[in-house]
Amino acid sequence: MNVPPRKRNGWAIFWGVLAMLYFFVPLYGTLDFSLRMKRGELSLMAYEIVLSDPRFWESFRYSAVMAVITIAVSALIFVPTVYWMHLRAPQARPLVELIAILPFIIPTIVYVFGLIRTFSRPPLQLTLTPLTTDVLIVAGYVVVSMPYMFRAVDIGMRTIDVRTLTEAAQSLGSNWFRVLADVIFPNLRLALLSGALICFATVMGELILASFLVRPALGPYMQLLGLTKAYEPAALAIISYALTWLSLGLIQFFSRSAASQQLTGR
Amino acid sequence: MNVVLPITLRSTERRRLIWNWVGLLPFFAFILFFFIIPSFNLFTGAFLNRSGAFTLENVAVFRNPNVIRAYLTSLQVSFLTAALGGAFGFFVAYSVTIGGAPRWMRSVIMTFSGLAANFGGVPLAFAFIATLGRTGFLTALLKSICLPGPQGEQVCPFNPYDYGFNLYSLGGLVLAYLYFQFPLMVLTITPAIEGLRREWREAADSLGASGLQYWRDVALPVLTPSILGAALLLFSNSFGAYATAQALTGGNIPLVTIFIGQQIRGDVLGNPHEGYALALGMVIIMAITIAAYGVLQRQTSRWIRA
Repeated sequence: MNVPPRKRNGWAIFWGVLAMLYFFVPLYGTLDFSLRMKRGELSLMAYEIVLSDPRFWESFRYSAVMAVITIAVSALIFVPTVYWMHLRAPQARPLVELIAILPFIIPTIVYVFGLIRTFSRPPLQLTLTPLTTDVLIVAGYVVVSMPYMFRAVDIGMRTIDVRTLTEAAQSLGSNWFRVLADVIFPNLRLALLSGALICFATVMGELILASFLVRPALGPYMQLLGLTKAYEPAALAIISYALTWLSLGLIQFFSRSAASQQLTGR
Repeated sequence: MNVVLPITLRSTERRRLIWNWVGLLPFFAFILFFFIIPSFNLFTGAFLNRSGAFTLENVAVFRNPNVIRAYLTSLQVSFLTAALGGAFGFFVAYSVTIGGAPRWMRSVIMTFSGLAANFGGVPLAFAFIATLGRTGFLTALLKSICLPGPQGEQVCPFNPYDYGFNLYSLGGLVLAYLYFQFPLMVLTITPAIEGLRREWREAADSLGASGLQYWRDVALPVLTPSILGAALLLFSNSFGAYATAQALTGGNIPLVTIFIGQQIRGDVLGNPHEGYALALGMVIIMAITIAAYGVLQRQTSRWIRA
Protein backbone atom coordinates (compact mmCIF):
# COMPACT_ATOMS: atom_id res chain seq x y z
CA MET A 1 0.00 0.00 0.00
CA ASN A 2 1.63 3.24 -1.12
CA VAL A 3 -0.31 5.57 1.14
CA PRO A 4 0.90 5.17 4.71
CA PRO A 5 -1.98 4.03 6.93
CA ARG A 6 -1.18 6.64 9.56
CA LYS A 7 -1.83 9.53 7.19
CA ARG A 8 -5.18 8.12 6.10
CA ASN A 9 -6.10 7.61 9.71
CA GLY A 10 -5.30 11.26 10.39
CA TRP A 11 -7.68 12.46 7.69
CA ALA A 12 -10.35 10.07 8.92
CA ILE A 13 -10.05 11.51 12.40
CA PHE A 14 -10.13 15.04 11.00
CA TRP A 15 -13.44 14.48 9.19
CA GLY A 16 -14.87 12.52 12.08
CA VAL A 17 -14.04 15.26 14.55
CA LEU A 18 -15.45 17.89 12.21
CA ALA A 19 -18.70 15.91 11.94
CA MET A 20 -18.97 15.54 15.69
CA LEU A 21 -18.33 19.28 16.12
CA TYR A 22 -21.13 19.98 13.65
CA PHE A 23 -23.42 17.72 15.67
CA PHE A 24 -22.52 18.96 19.12
CA VAL A 25 -21.65 22.67 18.85
CA PRO A 26 -25.21 23.79 17.95
CA LEU A 27 -26.55 21.45 20.62
CA TYR A 28 -24.20 22.75 23.26
CA GLY A 29 -24.68 26.34 22.09
CA THR A 30 -28.43 26.01 22.38
CA LEU A 31 -28.20 24.43 25.81
CA ASP A 32 -25.80 27.14 27.01
CA PHE A 33 -27.93 29.91 25.55
CA SER A 34 -31.11 28.52 27.10
CA LEU A 35 -29.51 28.69 30.56
CA ARG A 36 -28.42 32.33 30.31
CA MET A 37 -31.69 34.16 30.71
CA LYS A 38 -30.60 35.63 34.02
CA ARG A 39 -27.63 37.92 33.47
CA GLY A 40 -24.34 36.60 34.82
CA GLU A 41 -25.54 33.25 36.08
CA LEU A 42 -26.81 29.95 34.79
CA SER A 43 -30.45 29.36 35.52
CA LEU A 44 -33.40 27.29 34.39
CA MET A 45 -35.54 30.42 34.13
CA ALA A 46 -36.27 30.03 30.39
CA TYR A 47 -37.46 26.48 31.02
CA GLU A 48 -39.59 27.59 33.95
CA ILE A 49 -41.24 30.25 31.81
CA VAL A 50 -41.94 27.83 28.96
CA LEU A 51 -43.19 25.07 31.24
CA SER A 52 -45.46 27.43 33.20
CA ASP A 53 -47.03 28.88 30.05
CA PRO A 54 -50.53 27.42 29.75
CA ARG A 55 -50.45 27.94 25.98
CA PHE A 56 -47.42 25.66 25.79
CA TRP A 57 -49.32 22.88 27.55
CA GLU A 58 -52.45 23.47 25.48
CA SER A 59 -50.54 23.21 22.21
CA PHE A 60 -48.50 20.30 23.55
CA ARG A 61 -51.67 18.46 24.53
CA TYR A 62 -53.31 19.22 21.19
CA SER A 63 -50.32 17.91 19.23
CA ALA A 64 -49.97 14.85 21.45
CA VAL A 65 -53.66 13.97 21.05
CA MET A 66 -53.44 14.45 17.28
CA ALA A 67 -50.29 12.30 17.23
CA VAL A 68 -52.03 9.46 19.05
CA ILE A 69 -55.05 9.60 16.74
CA THR A 70 -52.73 9.72 13.72
CA ILE A 71 -50.87 6.64 14.95
CA ALA A 72 -54.12 4.73 15.49
CA VAL A 73 -55.54 5.67 12.09
CA SER A 74 -52.21 4.90 10.36
CA ALA A 75 -52.02 1.49 11.98
CA LEU A 76 -55.63 0.71 11.07
CA ILE A 77 -55.02 1.66 7.46
CA PHE A 78 -51.53 0.32 6.82
CA VAL A 79 -51.49 -2.98 8.72
CA PRO A 80 -54.45 -4.53 6.85
CA THR A 81 -53.19 -3.04 3.58
CA VAL A 82 -49.65 -4.32 3.88
CA TYR A 83 -50.94 -7.64 5.22
CA TRP A 84 -53.21 -8.06 2.24
CA MET A 85 -50.45 -7.00 -0.09
CA HIS A 86 -48.13 -9.65 1.31
CA LEU A 87 -50.74 -12.39 1.34
CA ARG A 88 -53.01 -11.91 -1.65
CA ALA A 89 -51.93 -9.08 -3.88
CA PRO A 90 -48.14 -8.99 -4.29
CA GLN A 91 -48.74 -7.61 -7.78
CA ALA A 92 -50.03 -4.42 -6.14
CA ARG A 93 -46.69 -3.78 -4.47
CA PRO A 94 -45.15 -1.44 -7.08
CA LEU A 95 -48.25 0.76 -7.07
CA VAL A 96 -48.59 0.84 -3.28
CA GLU A 97 -44.88 1.53 -2.88
CA LEU A 98 -45.08 4.37 -5.37
CA ILE A 99 -48.01 5.91 -3.50
CA ALA A 100 -46.18 5.50 -0.20
CA ILE A 101 -43.25 7.64 -1.36
CA LEU A 102 -45.40 10.29 -3.07
CA PRO A 103 -45.31 12.53 0.04
CA PHE A 104 -41.58 12.87 -0.60
CA ILE A 105 -42.27 14.12 -4.11
CA ILE A 106 -45.11 16.46 -3.23
CA PRO A 107 -43.74 18.91 -0.64
CA THR A 108 -45.94 19.42 2.41
CA ILE A 109 -46.47 23.08 1.55
CA VAL A 110 -47.84 22.07 -1.86
CA TYR A 111 -49.92 19.31 -0.29
CA VAL A 112 -51.54 21.64 2.26
CA PHE A 113 -52.27 24.03 -0.61
CA GLY A 114 -54.20 21.22 -2.31
CA LEU A 115 -55.99 20.25 0.90
CA ILE A 116 -57.14 23.82 1.50
CA ARG A 117 -58.23 24.26 -2.08
CA THR A 118 -60.21 21.01 -2.02
CA PHE A 119 -61.76 21.06 1.44
CA SER A 120 -62.46 24.73 2.05
CA ARG A 121 -65.27 24.89 -0.46
CA PRO A 122 -68.40 22.89 -1.28
CA PRO A 123 -69.20 20.06 -1.77
CA LEU A 124 -67.03 19.01 1.12
CA GLN A 125 -66.22 21.95 3.33
CA LEU A 126 -64.16 20.55 6.20
CA THR A 127 -62.42 23.74 7.30
CA LEU A 128 -65.58 25.33 8.73
CA THR A 129 -65.49 23.90 12.25
CA PRO A 130 -62.54 22.94 14.49
CA LEU A 131 -63.70 19.33 14.67
CA THR A 132 -63.86 18.77 10.92
CA THR A 133 -60.57 20.64 10.50
CA ASP A 134 -59.09 18.17 12.98
CA VAL A 135 -60.35 15.33 10.80
CA LEU A 136 -58.58 16.97 7.89
CA ILE A 137 -55.36 17.56 9.82
CA VAL A 138 -55.24 13.93 11.01
CA ALA A 139 -55.67 12.80 7.42
CA GLY A 140 -52.85 15.16 6.50
CA TYR A 141 -50.60 13.80 9.26
CA VAL A 142 -51.34 10.24 8.15
CA VAL A 143 -50.30 11.15 4.60
CA VAL A 144 -47.19 13.05 5.66
CA SER A 145 -45.97 10.21 7.90
CA MET A 146 -47.05 7.51 5.41
CA PRO A 147 -43.56 6.84 3.98
CA TYR A 148 -42.22 6.00 7.45
CA MET A 149 -45.26 4.09 8.69
CA PHE A 150 -45.55 2.07 5.50
CA ARG A 151 -41.87 1.16 5.63
CA ALA A 152 -42.03 0.18 9.29
CA VAL A 153 -45.07 -2.06 8.78
CA ASP A 154 -43.68 -3.52 5.56
CA ILE A 155 -40.36 -4.44 7.15
CA GLY A 156 -42.16 -5.86 10.19
CA MET A 157 -44.43 -7.95 7.95
CA ARG A 158 -41.38 -9.36 6.16
CA THR A 159 -39.95 -10.75 9.37
CA ILE A 160 -43.04 -12.81 10.19
CA ASP A 161 -44.38 -15.68 8.13
CA VAL A 162 -47.70 -14.11 7.20
CA ARG A 163 -48.98 -17.06 5.20
CA THR A 164 -48.25 -19.74 7.80
CA LEU A 165 -49.65 -17.65 10.63
CA THR A 166 -52.81 -16.94 8.65
CA GLU A 167 -53.34 -20.56 7.64
CA ALA A 168 -52.72 -21.76 11.19
CA ALA A 169 -55.20 -19.25 12.60
CA GLN A 170 -57.76 -20.09 9.94
CA SER A 171 -57.42 -23.82 10.50
CA LEU A 172 -58.24 -23.11 14.14
CA GLY A 173 -61.40 -21.33 13.02
CA SER A 174 -60.43 -17.67 12.99
CA ASN A 175 -62.05 -15.28 10.57
CA TRP A 176 -60.16 -12.48 8.81
CA PHE A 177 -60.83 -10.02 11.59
CA ARG A 178 -59.58 -12.38 14.29
CA VAL A 179 -56.49 -13.19 12.22
CA LEU A 180 -55.61 -9.51 11.97
CA ALA A 181 -56.52 -8.53 15.52
CA ASP A 182 -55.22 -11.55 17.43
CA VAL A 183 -52.35 -12.80 15.29
CA ILE A 184 -50.95 -10.18 12.91
CA PHE A 185 -51.18 -7.08 15.13
CA PRO A 186 -49.50 -8.69 18.18
CA ASN A 187 -46.73 -10.07 16.00
CA LEU A 188 -46.11 -6.65 14.52
CA ARG A 189 -45.95 -4.80 17.81
CA LEU A 190 -42.27 -3.90 17.49
CA ALA A 191 -42.58 -2.67 13.93
CA LEU A 192 -45.68 -0.72 14.94
CA LEU A 193 -43.87 0.75 17.90
CA SER A 194 -41.10 2.13 15.72
CA GLY A 195 -43.63 3.41 13.18
CA ALA A 196 -45.64 4.98 16.00
CA LEU A 197 -42.63 6.72 17.51
CA ILE A 198 -41.57 8.23 14.19
CA CYS A 199 -45.20 9.28 13.60
CA PHE A 200 -45.19 10.89 17.04
CA ALA A 201 -41.95 12.78 16.36
CA THR A 202 -43.26 13.93 12.97
CA VAL A 203 -46.59 15.22 14.30
CA MET A 204 -45.09 16.92 17.37
CA GLY A 205 -42.65 18.90 15.23
CA GLU A 206 -44.96 19.55 12.31
CA LEU A 207 -45.48 23.19 11.38
CA ILE A 208 -46.97 23.48 7.92
CA LEU A 209 -50.28 21.60 8.23
CA ALA A 210 -51.15 23.08 11.61
CA SER A 211 -50.08 26.55 10.62
CA PHE A 212 -52.06 26.72 7.37
CA LEU A 213 -55.09 24.88 8.72
CA VAL A 214 -54.86 27.28 11.71
CA ARG A 215 -54.93 24.74 14.53
CA PRO A 216 -53.32 25.33 17.97
CA ALA A 217 -50.49 22.82 17.62
CA LEU A 218 -46.96 22.88 18.99
CA GLY A 219 -45.34 23.92 15.70
CA PRO A 220 -47.19 27.23 15.30
CA TYR A 221 -46.74 27.92 19.02
CA MET A 222 -42.98 27.50 18.69
CA GLN A 223 -42.88 29.69 15.62
CA LEU A 224 -44.79 32.46 17.39
CA LEU A 225 -42.50 32.22 20.41
CA GLY A 226 -39.51 32.55 18.10
CA LEU A 227 -40.81 35.84 16.76
CA THR A 228 -41.24 37.46 20.16
CA LYS A 229 -38.77 35.89 22.61
CA ALA A 230 -35.03 35.25 22.78
CA TYR A 231 -34.21 32.62 25.42
CA GLU A 232 -37.42 30.64 25.58
CA PRO A 233 -37.06 29.36 21.98
CA ALA A 234 -33.67 27.91 22.87
CA ALA A 235 -35.23 26.13 25.84
CA LEU A 236 -38.02 24.88 23.58
CA ALA A 237 -35.49 23.66 21.02
CA ILE A 238 -33.76 21.64 23.75
CA ILE A 239 -37.11 20.21 24.90
CA SER A 240 -37.99 19.40 21.30
CA TYR A 241 -34.56 17.83 20.69
CA ALA A 242 -35.03 15.70 23.77
CA LEU A 243 -38.49 14.63 22.68
CA THR A 244 -37.54 13.79 19.09
CA TRP A 245 -34.39 12.03 20.11
CA LEU A 246 -36.12 10.09 22.82
CA SER A 247 -38.57 8.80 20.19
CA LEU A 248 -35.84 7.95 17.69
CA GLY A 249 -33.54 6.57 20.37
CA LEU A 250 -36.31 4.24 21.53
CA ILE A 251 -36.71 3.02 17.95
CA GLN A 252 -33.00 2.20 17.72
CA PHE A 253 -33.13 0.53 21.12
CA PHE A 254 -36.17 -1.59 20.31
CA SER A 255 -35.12 -2.50 16.79
CA ARG A 256 -31.78 -3.72 18.14
CA SER A 257 -33.50 -6.09 20.54
CA ALA A 258 -36.23 -6.89 18.02
CA ALA A 259 -34.72 -10.10 16.68
CA SER A 260 -34.88 -11.92 20.00
CA GLN A 261 -38.43 -10.82 20.73
CA GLN A 262 -40.26 -11.85 17.60
CA LEU A 263 -42.85 -14.50 18.32
CA THR A 264 -42.17 -16.26 15.05
CA GLY A 265 -39.43 -15.93 12.56
CA ARG A 266 -38.33 -17.40 9.33
CA MET B 1 -49.41 -20.87 -20.14
CA ASN B 2 -52.64 -19.00 -19.66
CA VAL B 3 -53.59 -19.74 -23.24
CA VAL B 4 -54.08 -23.46 -22.64
CA LEU B 5 -56.24 -22.98 -19.56
CA PRO B 6 -59.96 -23.70 -19.96
CA ILE B 7 -62.09 -20.58 -20.16
CA THR B 8 -64.00 -21.36 -16.94
CA LEU B 9 -60.81 -21.49 -14.95
CA ARG B 10 -59.64 -18.26 -16.46
CA SER B 11 -62.77 -16.44 -15.36
CA THR B 12 -62.49 -17.70 -11.78
CA GLU B 13 -58.87 -16.72 -11.96
CA ARG B 14 -59.95 -13.24 -12.97
CA ARG B 15 -62.54 -13.07 -10.23
CA ARG B 16 -59.86 -14.09 -7.77
CA LEU B 17 -57.60 -11.38 -9.15
CA ILE B 18 -60.26 -8.73 -8.63
CA TRP B 19 -60.99 -10.05 -5.14
CA ASN B 20 -57.28 -9.76 -4.38
CA TRP B 21 -57.43 -6.04 -5.00
CA VAL B 22 -60.56 -5.56 -2.89
CA GLY B 23 -58.59 -5.87 0.34
CA LEU B 24 -56.63 -2.82 -0.68
CA LEU B 25 -59.74 -0.71 -1.22
CA PRO B 26 -59.75 1.12 2.15
CA PHE B 27 -56.18 2.24 1.55
CA PHE B 28 -56.86 3.38 -2.01
CA ALA B 29 -60.06 5.14 -0.92
CA PHE B 30 -58.23 7.05 1.80
CA ILE B 31 -55.36 7.97 -0.51
CA LEU B 32 -57.71 8.96 -3.31
CA PHE B 33 -59.79 11.15 -1.04
CA PHE B 34 -57.11 12.86 1.02
CA PHE B 35 -54.14 12.78 -1.28
CA ILE B 36 -54.84 12.17 -4.95
CA ILE B 37 -57.89 14.43 -5.27
CA PRO B 38 -56.31 17.39 -3.43
CA SER B 39 -53.15 17.08 -5.50
CA PHE B 40 -55.13 16.59 -8.69
CA ASN B 41 -57.25 19.65 -7.93
CA LEU B 42 -54.13 21.72 -7.60
CA PHE B 43 -52.73 20.48 -10.89
CA THR B 44 -55.91 20.95 -12.86
CA GLY B 45 -56.22 24.38 -11.26
CA ALA B 46 -52.93 25.28 -12.89
CA PHE B 47 -54.58 24.85 -16.30
CA LEU B 48 -57.84 26.67 -15.65
CA ASN B 49 -58.65 30.37 -15.79
CA ARG B 50 -60.91 32.22 -13.38
CA SER B 51 -64.07 31.18 -15.18
CA GLY B 52 -63.00 27.53 -15.17
CA ALA B 53 -62.02 27.12 -18.81
CA PHE B 54 -58.86 25.41 -19.97
CA THR B 55 -55.89 27.72 -20.44
CA LEU B 56 -52.12 27.70 -20.58
CA GLU B 57 -51.92 31.34 -19.53
CA ASN B 58 -51.02 30.52 -15.91
CA VAL B 59 -47.60 29.41 -17.11
CA ALA B 60 -46.98 33.16 -17.44
CA VAL B 61 -46.30 33.04 -13.70
CA PHE B 62 -42.85 31.78 -14.61
CA ARG B 63 -42.14 35.12 -16.29
CA ASN B 64 -42.84 36.96 -13.03
CA PRO B 65 -39.44 38.23 -11.79
CA ASN B 66 -40.33 37.42 -8.15
CA VAL B 67 -41.18 33.86 -9.09
CA ILE B 68 -37.99 33.47 -11.13
CA ARG B 69 -36.01 34.81 -8.18
CA ALA B 70 -37.76 32.38 -5.80
CA TYR B 71 -36.99 29.40 -8.03
CA LEU B 72 -33.39 30.47 -8.53
CA THR B 73 -32.90 30.95 -4.76
CA SER B 74 -34.46 27.57 -3.96
CA LEU B 75 -32.36 25.85 -6.62
CA GLN B 76 -29.26 27.62 -5.33
CA VAL B 77 -29.86 26.61 -1.70
CA SER B 78 -30.69 23.04 -2.70
CA PHE B 79 -27.67 22.79 -4.98
CA LEU B 80 -25.30 24.26 -2.38
CA THR B 81 -26.53 22.08 0.48
CA ALA B 82 -26.54 18.99 -1.75
CA ALA B 83 -22.97 19.66 -2.95
CA LEU B 84 -21.51 20.73 0.39
CA GLY B 85 -23.51 18.26 2.47
CA GLY B 86 -22.80 15.53 -0.07
CA ALA B 87 -19.04 16.13 -0.10
CA PHE B 88 -18.79 16.50 3.68
CA GLY B 89 -21.05 13.51 4.30
CA PHE B 90 -19.03 11.42 1.87
CA PHE B 91 -15.74 12.18 3.63
CA VAL B 92 -17.31 11.45 7.00
CA ALA B 93 -18.80 8.17 5.77
CA TYR B 94 -15.46 7.23 4.22
CA SER B 95 -13.67 8.04 7.49
CA VAL B 96 -15.87 5.89 9.67
CA THR B 97 -16.06 2.94 7.26
CA ILE B 98 -12.76 2.19 5.52
CA GLY B 99 -10.86 5.33 6.54
CA GLY B 100 -9.77 3.92 9.85
CA ALA B 101 -11.43 6.29 12.32
CA PRO B 102 -11.71 4.80 15.82
CA ARG B 103 -14.62 2.46 16.39
CA TRP B 104 -16.24 4.61 19.09
CA MET B 105 -16.24 7.52 16.62
CA ARG B 106 -18.07 5.37 14.11
CA SER B 107 -20.85 4.48 16.51
CA VAL B 108 -21.23 8.08 17.71
CA ILE B 109 -21.39 9.41 14.15
CA MET B 110 -23.74 6.73 12.85
CA THR B 111 -26.12 7.19 15.80
CA PHE B 112 -26.11 10.97 15.53
CA SER B 113 -26.54 10.83 11.76
CA GLY B 114 -29.74 8.87 12.25
CA LEU B 115 -30.95 11.45 14.73
CA ALA B 116 -29.78 14.64 13.00
CA ALA B 117 -31.07 13.59 9.57
CA ASN B 118 -34.53 13.58 11.14
CA PHE B 119 -34.06 16.86 12.93
CA GLY B 120 -35.32 19.97 11.24
CA GLY B 121 -38.14 22.41 11.31
CA VAL B 122 -38.53 25.26 13.77
CA PRO B 123 -36.29 23.84 16.58
CA LEU B 124 -33.36 23.60 14.17
CA ALA B 125 -33.72 27.30 13.38
CA PHE B 126 -33.84 28.07 17.12
CA ALA B 127 -30.71 26.02 17.72
CA PHE B 128 -28.78 27.92 15.07
CA ILE B 129 -30.04 31.30 16.28
CA ALA B 130 -28.92 30.38 19.80
CA THR B 131 -25.53 29.28 18.47
CA LEU B 132 -24.68 31.63 15.61
CA GLY B 133 -27.21 34.45 15.98
CA ARG B 134 -26.06 37.97 16.81
CA THR B 135 -25.89 37.13 20.52
CA GLY B 136 -25.50 33.39 20.08
CA PHE B 137 -23.11 31.13 21.94
CA LEU B 138 -20.49 30.77 19.20
CA THR B 139 -20.72 34.44 18.19
CA ALA B 140 -20.09 35.45 21.80
CA LEU B 141 -17.22 32.99 22.01
CA LEU B 142 -15.62 34.38 18.85
CA LYS B 143 -16.02 37.91 20.10
CA SER B 144 -14.00 37.04 23.19
CA ILE B 145 -10.96 35.64 21.41
CA CYS B 146 -8.46 37.15 18.97
CA LEU B 147 -8.38 36.07 15.35
CA PRO B 148 -6.52 37.34 12.30
CA GLY B 149 -8.60 39.79 10.26
CA PRO B 150 -8.78 39.91 6.47
CA GLN B 151 -5.60 42.07 6.19
CA GLY B 152 -3.66 39.81 8.55
CA GLU B 153 -3.92 42.15 11.55
CA GLN B 154 -5.04 40.87 14.94
CA VAL B 155 -8.64 41.63 15.65
CA CYS B 156 -9.96 41.49 19.19
CA PRO B 157 -12.79 40.86 19.42
CA PHE B 158 -13.62 39.11 16.19
CA ASN B 159 -17.27 39.56 15.45
CA PRO B 160 -18.25 37.47 12.42
CA TYR B 161 -21.12 39.86 11.80
CA ASP B 162 -18.56 42.62 11.01
CA TYR B 163 -17.10 40.47 8.26
CA GLY B 164 -20.13 39.80 6.19
CA PHE B 165 -21.46 36.80 8.10
CA ASN B 166 -25.16 36.82 8.72
CA LEU B 167 -27.12 33.83 9.98
CA TYR B 168 -30.39 35.33 8.74
CA SER B 169 -29.24 35.12 5.14
CA LEU B 170 -28.84 32.53 2.45
CA GLY B 171 -25.45 31.49 3.81
CA GLY B 172 -26.90 31.03 7.29
CA LEU B 173 -29.74 28.98 5.89
CA VAL B 174 -27.24 26.74 4.09
CA LEU B 175 -25.35 26.23 7.37
CA ALA B 176 -28.57 25.27 9.15
CA TYR B 177 -29.70 22.90 6.37
CA LEU B 178 -26.31 21.19 6.42
CA TYR B 179 -27.16 20.05 9.93
CA PHE B 180 -29.60 17.51 8.48
CA GLN B 181 -28.11 17.24 4.99
CA PHE B 182 -24.67 15.81 5.68
CA PRO B 183 -25.99 13.16 8.12
CA LEU B 184 -28.46 12.06 5.44
CA MET B 185 -25.51 11.70 3.06
CA VAL B 186 -23.63 9.64 5.65
CA LEU B 187 -26.63 7.31 6.02
CA THR B 188 -27.21 6.96 2.26
CA ILE B 189 -23.64 6.52 1.10
CA THR B 190 -22.29 4.26 3.87
CA PRO B 191 -23.73 1.02 2.41
CA ALA B 192 -22.21 1.89 -0.98
CA ILE B 193 -18.76 2.52 0.49
CA GLU B 194 -19.02 -0.68 2.50
CA GLY B 195 -19.86 -2.44 -0.77
CA LEU B 196 -16.42 -1.65 -2.18
CA ARG B 197 -14.76 -5.04 -2.18
CA ARG B 198 -11.47 -5.56 -0.50
CA GLU B 199 -10.25 -7.61 -3.48
CA TRP B 200 -10.51 -4.57 -5.76
CA ARG B 201 -8.15 -2.65 -3.54
CA GLU B 202 -5.83 -5.63 -3.25
CA ALA B 203 -5.90 -6.19 -7.01
CA ALA B 204 -5.11 -2.50 -7.62
CA ASP B 205 -2.28 -2.63 -5.06
CA SER B 206 -0.78 -5.79 -6.51
CA LEU B 207 -0.80 -4.19 -9.97
CA GLY B 208 1.18 -1.31 -8.52
CA ALA B 209 -1.57 1.32 -8.42
CA SER B 210 -1.21 4.19 -5.98
CA GLY B 211 -3.97 5.08 -3.57
CA LEU B 212 -4.87 8.00 -5.81
CA GLN B 213 -5.02 5.77 -8.90
CA TYR B 214 -7.19 3.25 -7.05
CA TRP B 215 -9.67 5.96 -6.14
CA ARG B 216 -9.62 7.62 -9.56
CA ASP B 217 -9.86 4.46 -11.67
CA VAL B 218 -11.71 1.96 -9.48
CA ALA B 219 -13.50 3.25 -6.40
CA LEU B 220 -14.92 6.54 -7.67
CA PRO B 221 -16.31 5.15 -10.94
CA VAL B 222 -18.05 2.41 -8.94
CA LEU B 223 -19.36 4.91 -6.38
CA THR B 224 -20.38 7.65 -8.84
CA PRO B 225 -24.01 6.51 -9.30
CA SER B 226 -24.45 6.18 -5.55
CA ILE B 227 -22.92 9.59 -4.91
CA LEU B 228 -25.07 11.25 -7.58
CA GLY B 229 -28.17 9.46 -6.32
CA ALA B 230 -27.54 10.52 -2.75
CA ALA B 231 -26.88 14.09 -3.87
CA LEU B 232 -30.25 14.10 -5.66
CA LEU B 233 -31.90 12.89 -2.47
CA LEU B 234 -30.28 15.76 -0.56
CA PHE B 235 -31.34 18.17 -3.28
CA SER B 236 -35.01 17.19 -3.04
CA ASN B 237 -34.78 17.11 0.76
CA SER B 238 -33.82 20.77 0.83
CA PHE B 239 -35.96 21.88 -2.11
CA GLY B 240 -39.21 21.05 -0.31
CA ALA B 241 -38.17 22.38 3.11
CA TYR B 242 -40.15 25.26 4.58
CA ALA B 243 -40.24 25.42 8.38
CA THR B 244 -36.55 26.05 9.09
CA ALA B 245 -36.33 28.85 6.54
CA GLN B 246 -39.56 30.42 7.77
CA ALA B 247 -38.48 30.33 11.42
CA LEU B 248 -34.90 31.42 10.72
CA THR B 249 -35.52 34.35 8.44
CA GLY B 250 -39.20 35.09 8.93
CA GLY B 251 -39.74 34.57 5.22
CA ASN B 252 -37.06 37.07 4.16
CA ILE B 253 -35.31 34.59 1.92
CA PRO B 254 -37.48 34.18 -1.15
CA LEU B 255 -37.62 30.39 -1.43
CA VAL B 256 -40.36 28.83 -3.58
CA THR B 257 -41.83 27.14 -0.51
CA ILE B 258 -41.96 30.48 1.34
CA PHE B 259 -43.52 32.09 -1.73
CA ILE B 260 -46.19 29.37 -1.91
CA GLY B 261 -46.90 29.94 1.78
CA GLN B 262 -47.45 33.64 1.14
CA GLN B 263 -49.63 32.79 -1.83
CA ILE B 264 -51.83 30.50 0.33
CA ARG B 265 -52.21 33.17 3.00
CA GLY B 266 -52.78 36.21 0.89
CA ASP B 267 -52.78 35.49 -2.85
CA VAL B 268 -49.68 37.66 -3.40
CA LEU B 269 -49.75 36.84 -7.10
CA GLY B 270 -53.23 38.28 -7.44
CA ASN B 271 -54.38 35.15 -9.26
CA PRO B 272 -54.95 31.86 -7.39
CA HIS B 273 -54.49 29.84 -10.57
CA GLU B 274 -50.98 31.19 -11.05
CA GLY B 275 -50.33 29.94 -7.49
CA TYR B 276 -51.30 26.43 -8.60
CA ALA B 277 -48.93 26.68 -11.55
CA LEU B 278 -46.19 27.76 -9.14
CA ALA B 279 -46.82 24.69 -6.97
CA LEU B 280 -46.99 22.40 -10.00
CA GLY B 281 -43.57 23.60 -11.12
CA MET B 282 -42.17 22.50 -7.78
CA VAL B 283 -43.71 19.05 -8.00
CA ILE B 284 -42.29 18.58 -11.51
CA ILE B 285 -38.77 19.38 -10.30
CA MET B 286 -39.22 17.06 -7.30
CA ALA B 287 -40.58 14.25 -9.48
CA ILE B 288 -37.65 14.48 -11.92
CA THR B 289 -35.18 14.49 -9.02
CA ILE B 290 -36.73 11.49 -7.25
CA ALA B 291 -37.12 9.54 -10.50
CA ALA B 292 -33.46 10.11 -11.35
CA TYR B 293 -32.58 9.03 -7.82
CA GLY B 294 -34.56 5.83 -8.30
CA VAL B 295 -32.79 5.04 -11.57
CA LEU B 296 -29.35 5.64 -10.07
CA GLN B 297 -30.27 3.63 -7.00
CA ARG B 298 -31.20 0.64 -9.13
CA GLN B 299 -27.93 0.94 -11.00
CA THR B 300 -26.04 0.98 -7.71
CA SER B 301 -27.72 -2.05 -6.23
CA ARG B 302 -26.03 -4.17 -8.91
CA TRP B 303 -22.66 -3.36 -7.38
CA ILE B 304 -23.68 -3.52 -3.77
CA ARG B 305 -25.12 -7.02 -3.95
CA ALA B 306 -22.06 -8.91 -2.80
